[in-house]
Amino acid sequence: MLKRLGGLTGCVLLPVTLSAMMSPALAEEVVNIYSYRQPELIKPLTDAFTEKTGIKTRVIFAEKGLEERIRAEGANSPADVIMTVDISRLSAAKDAGVTQPLTNEVINSRIPAQYRDPEGNWFGLTARSRVIYASKGRVSEKALTYEDLADPKWKGRVCTRSGQHVYSIGLISSMIAHHGLKDAEKWLEGVKNNLARKPAGNDRAQVKSIYAGECDVALGNTYYMALMLTNEKEPEQKEWANSVNVIFPNSDDRGSHVNISGMAQAVNAPNRDNAVKLMEFMTSDDAQEFYAETNHEYPVVDGVAISDIVRSFGELKADTLPLSDIADHRKEASELVDRVGFDDGPSS
Amino acid sequence: MVSIPPTVIRSTNRSKGRRVGLGSLRAVAVALLICGFVAVPLIALAAISAGSSSAALEHVAATVLGRAAVTTVLLLAGVGISTAVIGVGTAWLITMCRFPGRNLLQVALVLPLAVPTYIVAYTYVELLDYTGPAQTALRALFGFTSSRDYWFPEIRSLPGAIFVMSAVLYPYVYMTSRILFMMQSAAALEVSRTLGCGPRRLFTHVAVPLARPAIAAGVGLVLMECLNDIGAVEFFGVRTMTFAIYDTWLNRGNLAGAAQLALILTLFVFMLIAAERAARGRQSYHATGRRHQRPAPFQLGGWRAFAAGIACLLPVLLGFAFPAMLLADYASRRLEQFASAAVLSAGLNSVTIATLTACLAVLMAFVLVYAARLSRSRAVSALGRLASIGYAIPGTVLAIGILIPLAAVDNFVDGVMRHLFGVSTGLLLAGSGIAIVYACLVRFLAVSHGSLEAAMAKISDHLDMAARTLGRRPGRMLFEVHLPLLQGALGAAWLLVFVDTMKELSATVLLRPFDFETLATYVYAQASRGVFEEAAAPALVIVAIGVIPLMLLLRAGQDDRSGQDFSSSRSR
Repeated sequence: MLKRLGGLTGCVLLPVTLSAMMSPALAEEVVNIYSYRQPELIKPLTDAFTEKTGIKTRVIFAEKGLEERIRAEGANSPADVIMTVDISRLSAAKDAGVTQPLTNEVINSRIPAQYRDPEGNWFGLTARSRVIYASKGRVSEKALTYEDLADPKWKGRVCTRSGQHVYSIGLISSMIAHHGLKDAEKWLEGVKNNLARKPAGNDRAQVKSIYAGECDVALGNTYYMALMLTNEKEPEQKEWANSVNVIFPNSDDRGSHVNISGMAQAVNAPNRDNAVKLMEFMTSDDAQEFYAETNHEYPVVDGVAISDIVRSFGELKADTLPLSDIADHRKEASELVDRVGFDDGPSS
Repeated sequence: MVSIPPTVIRSTNRSKGRRVGLGSLRAVAVALLICGFVAVPLIALAAISAGSSSAALEHVAATVLGRAAVTTVLLLAGVGISTAVIGVGTAWLITMCRFPGRNLLQVALVLPLAVPTYIVAYTYVELLDYTGPAQTALRALFGFTSSRDYWFPEIRSLPGAIFVMSAVLYPYVYMTSRILFMMQSAAALEVSRTLGCGPRRLFTHVAVPLARPAIAAGVGLVLMECLNDIGAVEFFGVRTMTFAIYDTWLNRGNLAGAAQLALILTLFVFMLIAAERAARGRQSYHATGRRHQRPAPFQLGGWRAFAAGIACLLPVLLGFAFPAMLLADYASRRLEQFASAAVLSAGLNSVTIATLTACLAVLMAFVLVYAARLSRSRAVSALGRLASIGYAIPGTVLAIGILIPLAAVDNFVDGVMRHLFGVSTGLLLAGSGIAIVYACLVRFLAVSHGSLEAAMAKISDHLDMAARTLGRRPGRMLFEVHLPLLQGALGAAWLLVFVDTMKELSATVLLRPFDFETLATYVYAQASRGVFEEAAAPALVIVAIGVIPLMLLLRAGQDDRSGQDFSSSRSR
């Protein structure tokens, strides 16, 4: 038995070890991407990049811990660029010291300053707004603010995903940035008291909850609505989405909270030139159009059109507060969620 | 009616102070090595956690700790009790009773093991929430029009999490206690019967007390699996301690604080295990009878047979059939995915990693258990248990504990090579498949160790003594006595680790090389886009690949000739 096990182990160990040893040896032109963004959403773009430049791309995707991986790998880290789906992670990467500043004419001229790190450590690729999904049948309001969600008239009518999710943290950080910690705490408590149920599920689940009559309004990102409305394989999602209107909060004052997906150069990038080429490529019109059309996000480059479905939601007036200011409050926001007990759900 | 108090049958082990031979010394040395290997990531985490003030702990203590601790304890208690009841109950019915469908159910009962918990969690939300078939049928039946018209249990809740985890995890207890029931001395059971023990008393007063090490091992695995789960609890919005660990790390950028919390949690688990051991005392539980003689099973008929069948069928339906049906429904609209290159290569990667991990984990666990037996030292068996605490650490946190030492070794080698030969070797270990195998070993050594230790405890010391008296050195004794007797348990341990590794996600995701997908990471990538439907095909493949070895194992070890007859298995 033991011998058999040993033999089997050897048989399997060999190819794994070999393949592991081989991969770094393939030293052609490459750029290595550490990504918090799902590979399916980047692949068409990286393929186009490879076709254009001959530079191959290699990806590691995870939702947690890539900064720590780069830090542990140290000077020999193969990471060239980091891609994220929110501002908190970009800031966290910068704070962890795994990024390096970049002064690049192309990027700086194409990406608005609001969506760039003042020190050049990261920049945004696409924007998404955290909007209010409102039931078509049960909500007559056409305009709402984030502050409204704390109004007792919404008691038992609000749904959202976990307060500790990065998208929620982004929104709460922006409330702290605008109103200060004290008022933001009062606001979050108010929203908590209005919850219809414990925060759970993803953004799509919130739409479903409205469809089910569990709640009347919910918080969610713009592109989820568009993806549901175009879901041909699970057409019932269209039905859920059709029961809901998108309201851009605070359109009459500071504008809706916007978060970004973005990119940063890794601190020890071994293929620095290729990394810069990839970053410039991602800000090109072609790449921006792709994001707009297939994932229904807002391009950050001026003059690139949004998708028809997103246009049908109405005009986005984006909050102009620099994202780096919002990201500064992310730790406070996370602590606030715990302090208020937001994720415990409605108190009653 | 006289029942035998279990203590009568347990022989109390007092033979201490035996000579320790050279062979056992070597075994102890190897055991120490294995422990060191497994302890490295834990030491790395301890080092990380020392690098911070206690601010993170204070915040957590002041805000969520109380509630998170209560939630965690309730979750553990709920899942622990229900998996023990389901696992032991079905194992007993299957081993001791004969009823229609038994042969099929005996195999089917392990099937939920092949389905990752987070996938089952997801499918139950689909099945039980407002738009799912259950509520749709209810509304159609009673003419309700919205969720405000009626009450329906909320699946995304603590009871929901207990339900889902119990439905998926009970096979750990089922498998370990089934093997023990099969190995259980026929003599003990038969004596009890002769003395007037009815089936029920036999179960509660003889079989269960005797199977306690196995039940404890199974429940221990279940609890640790519960503790490191983040996928299902996150989806259900159940705020456990593991949740607090991730928040501390990811949203507050405090890895040190997260490591502190993780280590405290691990310590808690370790104390639980130690408490169970202490309660068990120094009794040993091995059988003394002629073990190839199986007690005559109870023939069930009428409503009893029906009830037994239902009791064994229900867990299979809940933990396997219902989720698998939903997956099959989604996958039927995406049949092309089964043959896609992405799924095939992910499948190959998964099987390779899982096979390798399972072989190593069984080998290592066996060495640990055998070293403990040969040396008869409590310190060595404690080492074995120490080596299995990696299971309770949240996967992603563990992954970082692995990355740090591996990358340090790589960078050191690179430095030396550059200095001596001017060649850079870069990162050889970190970011290769080896890191994943390492992580899975640290996590799942507990699985193989638990089942082997329980099975080894069943083998009477008298056999060792007889073998040694007949001139067998420890090495030969291993091949002639223990290995043949442990075949079933070795197979079960291998299988459990294989299936667990197939499902492993959080550590694999962070440690993998570029463009390296396993089936689990492939499913995860889809689910994290919110399009779980797209992951149905690879999820089914995970299940299918897990099911095949499960079937093989159970066929090989089917009841009456389960390798217990060591004289005949020698000549095979």
